[in-house]
Amino acid sequence: MSKALRTLMYKELLRFWKVGFQTVGAPVLTALLYLLVFSHVLDRQVEVYGGVGYTAFLVPGLIMMSLLQNAFSNSSSSLIQSKVTGNLVFVLLTPISYREFFAAYVLAAVIRGLLVGAGVWAVTLWFVDLPYAHPLWILVFASLGGAIMASLGVIAGIWADKFDQLAAFQNFVVMPLTFLSGVFYSIHSLPEFWQRVSHVNPFFYMIDGFRYGFFGQSDVSPWISALVAGGSFVALALVTLNMLARGYKLRS
Amino acid sequence: MSDSSPALLIEGVCKRYASLQALDHVSFEVRQGEFFGLLGPNGAGKTTLISTMAGLTRPDDGRIRVMGHDVVSDYRAARRNLGVVPQELVFDPFFTVRETLRIQSGYFGMGRNDAWIDEILHHLDLGAKADVNMRALSGGMKRRVLVAQALVHRPPVIVLDEPTAGVDVELRQNLWAFVRRLNEQGHTIVLTTHYLEEAESLCGRIAMLKQGRVLALETTSDLLSRRFQLTLLLRLRGGVALPQAFHAVAKASADGRVAIALDGADDVAACLAQLHAAGVGLDDVELRRPDLEDVFIAMMQEAA
Ligand SMILES: Nc1ncnc2c1ncn2[C@@H]1O[C@H](COP(=O)(O)OP(=O)(O)O)[C@@H](O)[C@H]1O
Ligand SMILES: [Mg+2]
Repeated sequence: MSKALRTLMYKELLRFWKVGFQTVGAPVLTALLYLLVFSHVLDRQVEVYGGVGYTAFLVPGLIMMSLLQNAFSNSSSSLIQSKVTGNLVFVLLTPISYREFFAAYVLAAVIRGLLVGAGVWAVTLWFVDLPYAHPLWILVFASLGGAIMASLGVIAGIWADKFDQLAAFQNFVVMPLTFLSGVFYSIHSLPEFWQRVSHVNPFFYMIDGFRYGFFGQSDVSPWISALVAGGSFVALALVTLNMLARGYKLRS
Repeated sequence: MSDSSPALLIEGVCKRYASLQALDHVSFEVRQGEFFGLLGPNGAGKTTLISTMAGLTRPDDGRIRVMGHDVVSDYRAARRNLGVVPQELVFDPFFTVRETLRIQSGYFGMGRNDAWIDEILHHLDLGAKADVNMRALSGGMKRRVLVAQALVHRPPVIVLDEPTAGVDVELRQNLWAFVRRLNEQGHTIVLTTHYLEEAESLCGRIAMLKQGRVLALETTSDLLSRRFQLTLLLRLRGGVALPQAFHAVAKASADGRVAIALDGADDVAACLAQLHAAGVGLDDVELRRPDLEDVFIAMMQEAA
């Protein structure tokens, strides 16, 4: 890893760490609120996998949702801020290549995602005892999911010219995809039609695979989920790298 | 390679924004060690040209080399050789001055750079602000940090895009003293400024740009001697009108005086005699040699 890449990544980490109360603390609290409300209301009413209580089922979903949203948020908000304030020139004036640029933004965003995910996991330890059937799968899906969202965040941050365009992207693309991915329910409890819709949502596979790491049970095989998530990442990375190589909206 | 190459080689650079030709076959060369001025009215294309040197803008045609390195195909080497002080007062509000400079060094692959950072901070009078957040700095201080950021990687070529716009007199002088020293140490300096007297006193050579075209490319002294024109500045005694004969050559200057353009020293006596004969009284007389501002205005009018 070159010094330049490390520096850009460090800058991105320092940026959110300096306001860690908002960037890590706030999402952990939000996840905690979801957990308190939903698990209290639904724990006795919703049946998911055999032998898995609803609260336990919900926790990996919440961890993953926080992770995904924060990975997206890190790269997208950093880029839009730097574009709007103009300080992205400090990076664009340097010998940093577009590949290093991509790697730095994605790695930093994944780290933020993992950190928030770990934070959510840590506070939920007080509420549930989770099994850890396949820890490696947990790590694989956490990292892949973070990388997918980090890439998507780079795309959105570069594409958006204003903060409200980014907010629109977040509200109309990211939120629906995360909410319809099975964070709060097993898709087997959905009507047939919505089950099929969920199967074309790559987020579903990330969360389903992640959950498999905990319970050893899932709606689809973790290998299929890994394939879909990995494929999604490669596709998004190629799109992002192509945008960066062309200097789309960055170099006129 | 870079020893003998010009600091900047600009060849036939064109850039169009929709219907606007921002750069129209711009070509010139800046030699190593020069103090070079890039002048022109607002919208002339100075910033666009600088952005093209820096790789922020891609030319439609033509090419630029920095110390022999093409800014597109060999951009890494080109950017290592170039330090740009952007026109806009931009900063990253998350960091302190020192963090900003350390990070900027890191982008250029430099490890510990604190000795040099301290030296820059000292010369720019920023030492006391090293650990202050960028947000808390005044405009002039932020401008100094921009200069510092352009220097962290010790680039041989330094380009300053209107570094003194909206900056107080003290900082301007301070900054010029520093930039002069950098030039004396061998750095090539390219400067754009609205203060033409600054350009006149600092720059050895000047390119004048208008509507994306190079109108003039000469040494400052050639540019000044090119139009041997004197200006007679007169303050007319209370309410007297200027005789008809002078209306074509006279202009009202901003301070309420009348400016009369003359072709040579011989015309001074004739002009004053004529005024005397017409009964025009004078409260004040000043004779001014052409300065860069006159040349600039005249050239821009000719080109219009
Ligand atoms: N990104 C851009 N898109 C469209 N027009 C631009 C852009 N950048 C500069 N221009 C136009 O190009 C011309 C040259 O601008 P600029 O290089 O900033 O001039 P200067 O720095 O000499 O004042 C101006 O008319 C400006 O409006
Ligand atoms: Mg400009």
